[in-house]
Amino acid sequence: MSYFRAENLSLHFGGLKAVDAVSFAVEKGEILSIIGPNGAGKSSIFNLISRIYRPTSGRIFFEDQDITEQPPYDIAKLGIARTFQNIELFENATVLSNLLVGRHRHSSTQLWQELLFLPSVRANEKLHRRRVEQVIEFLDLEPYRDKLISGLPYGVRKVIELARALCSEPKLILLDEPSSGLNVEETDDMSFWIRDMKSELGVTVLMVEHDMSLVNRVSDRVIALNYGRVLAMGSPSEVQQHPDVVAAYLGA
Amino acid sequence: MRFLFKTDYEDDIRLFPHSGYVVSYGLLFAVLLIAPYVLSSYLMSQLVFVCIYATVGVALLILTGFTGQASLGHAAFLAIGAYTAAYLQKYNVPFPVYFLAAGVLTGCIGALVGFPALRLQGIYLVIATISFAFIVEEILARWESVTNGNEGLRVKALSLLGVTVSRDSPTFYFLCLAVLVLTIVGTLNLLRSPTGRAFVAIRDSETAARSMGVNVALYKVKSFAISAAITGFAGVLFAHKLSFISPEMFTLQLSIEFIIVILIGGTFSLHGAVLGAIFIVMIDPFLTYLKDDMPGVIAGIAAAFGAGTVTAGNIQSKVAAFASLNGLKGAIYGVIIMLFVLFEPLGLYGRWLKIKLFFQLFPLYKRATFKRQKIYVKSERNR
Ligand SMILES: Nc1ncnc2c1ncn2[C@@H]1O[C@H](COP(=O)(O)OP(=O)(O)O)[C@@H](O)[C@H]1O
Ligand SMILES: [Mg+2]
Repeated sequence: MSYFRAENLSLHFGGLKAVDAVSFAVEKGEILSIIGPNGAGKSSIFNLISRIYRPTSGRIFFEDQDITEQPPYDIAKLGIARTFQNIELFENATVLSNLLVGRHRHSSTQLWQELLFLPSVRANEKLHRRRVEQVIEFLDLEPYRDKLISGLPYGVRKVIELARALCSEPKLILLDEPSSGLNVEETDDMSFWIRDMKSELGVTVLMVEHDMSLVNRVSDRVIALNYGRVLAMGSPSEVQQHPDVVAAYLGA
Repeated sequence: MRFLFKTDYEDDIRLFPHSGYVVSYGLLFAVLLIAPYVLSSYLMSQLVFVCIYATVGVALLILTGFTGQASLGHAAFLAIGAYTAAYLQKYNVPFPVYFLAAGVLTGCIGALVGFPALRLQGIYLVIATISFAFIVEEILARWESVTNGNEGLRVKALSLLGVTVSRDSPTFYFLCLAVLVLTIVGTLNLLRSPTGRAFVAIRDSETAARSMGVNVALYKVKSFAISAAITGFAGVLFAHKLSFISPEMFTLQLSIEFIIVILIGGTFSLHGAVLGAIFIVMIDPFLTYLKDDMPGVIAGIAAAFGAGTVTAGNIQSKVAAFASLNGLKGAIYGVIIMLFVLFEPLGLYGRWLKIKLFFQLFPLYKRATFKRQKIYVKSERNR
């Protein structure tokens, strides 16, 4: 049994088959990249996993549990965190409170305890704060802790979104184009962090990415997608040499 | 300028970040404690209304400012609290019991209003809450066995531990102040806990909140319930302060006044709710002044500039006619809302922060410091 598995997953928007009978599996501890031209259905797969969209058909399994019918907020509780292609941060809050929202799945305090800010709530807050600080250290975000998101540059926001996902201590993380909009230097940092996430934090990574050099550097396996269908699956070099993939990228 | 060095996670949790806060809030508190022994009874009465309006302001802030759910129905929540108190009082239920009952009942109704609101956003939510308020108003007017219809209900002075507390007594003022302070402290506690952060997360991006494990529907309903419950508590005090309640006291105009409270104060800050409450409560005496004294003053000025007595009298009656125009209050509200939305979106408290920073940084302050930076436009895809 695989760690994470999508079986015959389809998503139709009217006549458009954004995702068309896609099946793949992710093994525990690996970095799997999904590549493909714009509109291939990569983000749609992520949106299906995090239940923003309901699949037209097909099933999703995580740790041997069928999660196809789980409500969206339960997906995070199961240990699947994600980032968004078009950054979805809490704009009018500080970096710190953004990251603390990442801790939401670990909070267990009741409303009445919070209203009184009982010692148990305080103790929990300190624990969350300590965990958040570890992530801040991991991703070099120290200068930004108390800054509002709305004033931060794009590259930093991208990292903060990654940080927020990591704060939830996920087992599986979904990264939607982690390097888009980043410069060369920032992309380098990102590739180190992704590898460290796997080796140091033991997180399994499913990633959508356009930058082939980043894909080659970090991926264990690659899936190529076009028009919602899987074209090829295998090692990075295998997939890139696959004739269908070459054709898709040349626009044939 | 003061630099804060944080050495402990506790530093981010504390309510008062540094000793300056303790001193200034201590002073404010001392002033509020001696107020009833210094101020005139008229001003004390206004101060009680400030406390009640500020409590509702904070309640609305939780829902609108922090959770991002608009409401034009808070007058109805206030009414439910007020009528619950007046009704239970008739059956000799003691004050602490009907005070709690009013809050709990209003909170439950708030949660019920929250459910249909789950599918609505922006202007549609506003319309839904207005409709709710109209329904409540209608029920208050028709359900005569309980509410006594348009005749209204008399509210007896409250009695606490066997002692009668008149609505003009310092004790009543302290009670209102205590409710306000407890509301503010509770709200601050909420904001530094998971629930408060979930509210803010929902306000800024429901999609992201959901993907981080926030049960958006549950927290929206919670926000409605908390906001309504606090408003219900305020309603009990409101009923006692007025000593008589009838449906026409809880109209759309009152809901709009509550919106103005948080709009003027600044939709993001508790300080703002208090400033806004002071503003809205003091606008009435200001209008009265406008009606009573302004015509005379202006006529006097005109006379001093050489206008004849006839002309001066003419001016006086014209100004008087203007000042007692029926829709004047509404028009002033309208203009205020427009001006604040256009020029001071952060409200009075935001303005105060800017002034404070100006003096802290003097002479380095730059106009651009508060220019809104728009580096990246969020996609509207999943809205
Ligand atoms: N909410 C939607 N409604 C209609 N069509 C959509 C929607 N979301 C995505 N699509 C379409 O589905 C296809 C796949 O989109 P997407 O998964 O975002 O592609 P990408 O591989 O670039 O991430 C595109 O043709 C897109 O236009
Ligand atoms: Mg995409």
